[in-house]
Amino acid sequence: MNLDSKVPEGAISEKWTKHKFNLKLVNPANKRKYDIIVVGTGLAGASAAASLAELGYNVKAFCFQDSPRRAHSIAAQGGINAAKNYQNDGDSVFRLFYDTVKGGDYRSREANVYRLAEVSVNIIDQCVAQGVPFAREYGGLLANRSFGGAQVSRTFYARGQTGQQLLLGAYGALSRQIANGKVKMYSRTEMLDLVMVDGKARGIVVRNLLTGEIESHSGHAVILATGGYGNVFFLSTNAMGSNATAAWRAHKKGALFANPCYTQIHPTCIPVSGEYQSKLTLMSESLRNDGRVWVPKKKGDDRAPKDIPENERDYYLERKYPSFGNLVPRDVASRNAKAVCDEGRGVGKTGLAVYLDFADAIKRDGESLISAKYGNLFEMYEKITGDDPYKTPMMIYPAVHYTMGGLWVDYNLMTNIPGLYSLGECNFSDHGANRLGASALMQGLADGYFVIPYTIGDYLAGISYDKIPTTHEAFKTAENQVKERVKKLISIKGTQTVDQLHKKLGRVMWDKCGMSRTEEGLKEAREEVKKIKQEFWNDVKVLGTDEELNQTLEKASRLADFIELGALMIEDALNRNESAGGHFREEYQTPEGEAKRDDENYSYVAAWGYEGDNVAEKLHKESLVFENVKLTQRSYK
Amino acid sequence: MNVTLKIWRQKNANDKGKFETYEMKDINTHMSFLELVDVLNEKLEQEGKEPVHFDHDCREGICGSCAMYINGRPHGPQKGTTACQLHMRHFKDGETIVVEPWRAKAFPVIKDLMVDRTAFDRIIQAGGYVSVNTGGVPDANEIPVPKEMADEAFNAAACIACGACVAACKNASAMLFVSAKISQLALLPQGQVEREQRAERMIAQMDAEGFGACSNTGACSAECPKDIDMANIARMNREFLKAKVGSSQIEVK
Repeated sequence: MNLDSKVPEGAISEKWTKHKFNLKLVNPANKRKYDIIVVGTGLAGASAAASLAELGYNVKAFCFQDSPRRAHSIAAQGGINAAKNYQNDGDSVFRLFYDTVKGGDYRSREANVYRLAEVSVNIIDQCVAQGVPFAREYGGLLANRSFGGAQVSRTFYARGQTGQQLLLGAYGALSRQIANGKVKMYSRTEMLDLVMVDGKARGIVVRNLLTGEIESHSGHAVILATGGYGNVFFLSTNAMGSNATAAWRAHKKGALFANPCYTQIHPTCIPVSGEYQSKLTLMSESLRNDGRVWVPKKKGDDRAPKDIPENERDYYLERKYPSFGNLVPRDVASRNAKAVCDEGRGVGKTGLAVYLDFADAIKRDGESLISAKYGNLFEMYEKITGDDPYKTPMMIYPAVHYTMGGLWVDYNLMTNIPGLYSLGECNFSDHGANRLGASALMQGLADGYFVIPYTIGDYLAGISYDKIPTTHEAFKTAENQVKERVKKLISIKGTQTVDQLHKKLGRVMWDKCGMSRTEEGLKEAREEVKKIKQEFWNDVKVLGTDEELNQTLEKASRLADFIELGALMIEDALNRNESAGGHFREEYQTPEGEAKRDDENYSYVAAWGYEGDNVAEKLHKESLVFENVKLTQRSYK
Repeated sequence: MNVTLKIWRQKNANDKGKFETYEMKDINTHMSFLELVDVLNEKLEQEGKEPVHFDHDCREGICGSCAMYINGRPHGPQKGTTACQLHMRHFKDGETIVVEPWRAKAFPVIKDLMVDRTAFDRIIQAGGYVSVNTGGVPDANEIPVPKEMADEAFNAAACIACGACVAACKNASAMLFVSAKISQLALLPQGQVEREQRAERMIAQMDAEGFGACSNTGACSAECPKDIDMANIARMNREFLKAKVGSSQIEVK
């Protein structure tokens, strides 16, 4: 298979402008002849659905939540980057581009990242115009803060609820189009298959989660904006409903899945406290602007933090990385936290935690200033743990947060299936092997507001207006397959609950394909996941029927896909004999314990093709070319 | 710790529904309330019984999905806290905890603790946004916004649309929710053009959905997990009056 990235020729700074001019346009009068399906209503999906409807296309939008406003983008806390250089601290489009490519450990596509940096500037303008209440300075201008992996202050924020405010902005824009009749919204509806006609994506099969009905929807193009697959690990910072199903079913219809093993582990989460735990909660990375990370110098030192004197504390990030200090990127901070805990210097009951201490910041700036910056985060921490971070340091530990892998897309955000697009966290393109803070919100909105409205026209202009009725054979076949699968899940009537099996999968994935991996561990994991798959299909217990609201059935259906995706993540991690960003193979590290890439052999996107059930997936490679950022060992010293 | 759960079970909208009692033993006090329900559900499933259905998603207190009365109060006894952020350490050993769905005409029950809150979406669709198309907007810093205004707009914008305000109100009024959005956009320069129309349309839709009137008892704000202020309702009333008295809009529909 030829993986054509369709990256335009010419200087990096000119590519997008030229490309936009070269893309074919659809005459405004003809736009209403095209139907577009958008699955997912987070930042990418809601902004895409709203923008495309504004242009005149007929849009059908789908989400599994009861309202598009509850998509998981709403939970993003810290902020959104933009190369505005309002702070006059030397920021520029090129610097944001450079930081992002470097932060992604040179495993993202240069041209996509440059475009992201370029349109970041418009995103802020757009959101402000929508009435997003970003933080302001006393003069009325926008405030900024800094985030991990950057030495400039380019992060725009709305307290610790930036994702919420940006999503509500996009939800407003979407609501306006729903009221205008240009978007038809289907909530509590889950996509279960992609329908292809003549090799092109022409529709989807969904399950109405309230009634259990299986329905088909036809369109001229399908956009997946369904987020990430971190819940493969069972415990993650993702919302409970976040899943891989839509993307995975598209993969089984031929869409390549790229870099599945790249999982971002976020360093500042509330540690696990017990077996009953259902999810992990992230504390914004912005906390590391003022909080200092430390552990005791001595192993097994179980004194209360206030009883450990200054000279017996190890501020290990400041010690090892003097220029970035506590603001090193997420993969570096996470690995170092794991390392000190593995040494036996972790704190708390489980020994799997480090301190994030605000005592110095409070002494320096006063409690009221710290409270104005982080008050809601401190409150949230206290609610969950019962400890007051104004009085005693927070305890944090890394957790699964964001997945950089996803469906393979070209420069137009189209997958290798004509007419199937993938936006935001659901695609692979912008983040490489690691994601810097405040860049996911940026990508979601860039794709939805400023990329897809241009690129989709180029495809639609080349196909006919003819609609394919949902009575077409391709729809019927897909519907029948979906129905059979649902019936099968209900009929197994085994002994293990969905959560029991999910926890088993999560444990294997976290232990052996998590923060660090080894060839040996991955090979063991491969066998264990195989076994879990067998157990699932022979022994899962799903109560109730398929003709009603059935949350256990929903979970079971998603877990079946997580198991298969988990197996692919393991294959991908095994294939990549190097360490890069969030993918840390213990065999490949520098003498200082940093991730050691192998640019000679692995400077490619690993795009996997489905070849059939229980058949090894086929690896396709897209070579990555770095013309504008020199490949160097990442250093944050 | 041990607790007794009395949970409302209702198969669907047409079912009459009733309370079921479940004994929960050896509960870890660090557990969240929803995790307690998870543990119960796991037990029920193992016994071959259908689990308790409830809405939940982010479990970080921000998506607004989770919604239930716990001991007669929306989201339970803890001030400014969603059900997902409520932890068992706030309950007493041996306590009986009563769990019910939201009760309001405009929020019909779907199953067990789940209710239909799409009325809120329709209210937003009536005008809870600024009408700008993508692109072609001015530079973000071209229109300065006084910090105090931006902060106050943010306080209103923090609403998560969980519906606790409606559930807490004896009239099932949605005024706290509606006023929060109207306030946010009325406070910002970007929201000015559609200000009057927005107030009129959103309030008309709120009435059409069957929400009751406000009688200023303040239960909504007291029970709001995001501490949305009653002052927003006063602001909404002013906005509505101004729109009605001095509206430049001749006819809005």
